[in-house]
Amino acid sequence: MSEETKKMMYINRKAPYGTIYAWESLEVVLIGAAFEQDVSLAFMDDGVFQLTKGQDTKGIGMKNFSPTYSALGDYEVNKIYVEKESLEERGLTLDDLQHLVWEDEDEDYAEKDSIRLVSRAELADVLAGQDVLFNF
Amino acid sequence: MGTIEANGKTYETDEEGYLADLNSWDKDVADVMAKIDDCDLTDSHWEVINFLREYYEEYQIAPAVRVLTKAIGKKLGKDKGNSKYLYELFPYGPAKQACKYAGLPKPTGCV
Repeated sequence: MSEETKKMMYINRKAPYGTIYAWESLEVVLIGAAFEQDVSLAFMDDGVFQLTKGQDTKGIGMKNFSPTYSALGDYEVNKIYVEKESLEERGLTLDDLQHLVWEDEDEDYAEKDSIRLVSRAELADVLAGQDVLFNF
Repeated sequence: MGTIEANGKTYETDEEGYLADLNSWDKDVADVMAKIDDCDLTDSHWEVINFLREYYEEYQIAPAVRVLTKAIGKKLGKDKGNSKYLYELFPYGPAKQACKYAGLPKPTGCV
């Protein structure tokens, strides 16, 4: 099995609503997580808005799927890269994003942060190290 | 689309028997859905059904069976957090069958 494990990264670049990309990406991630690959997520450009707190979709009649990001830890998806420059360009900081955690079973279910704030250059290195990239 | 009758009320379902509207769910329709599958809901079934409803309320998704098993083990004890226990309760597949009785959509990734 281990020789078949691939490093797969899902790149999210678009605002959460208005197009179906963000929700489709999240669904594919959740389905893909069943295949025990090395999964990570990246949020850049308007994609950083997907992780913001306090989303309210009542006015646009769409399902608010932002609570689902909190389930990623249950699916053992715990490498979530957020590009620092994209946040700054939009006047956001890490405090504007949901606090996403996962539980480390090997350390008595200790809660650990899933979000890793990285610079554009650092993210480029992470991308270069992947086997498969999915662009949403 | 189909319908289910329970206690004088009519509930709309999709073509696979899942409730069309999550908010129309109540315990009566869960019991009737289970009877259709020749299953009598016990307290053990309800533990899982209630857990799924809470999970959906919090995360807006029905969990995959692997995630369900792990979370049940954590919440209700290791003796219940295994597929043998869950498959005995829900022989058609814990995620699919229990989600149906809980009024949730079919779990993401289930075909």
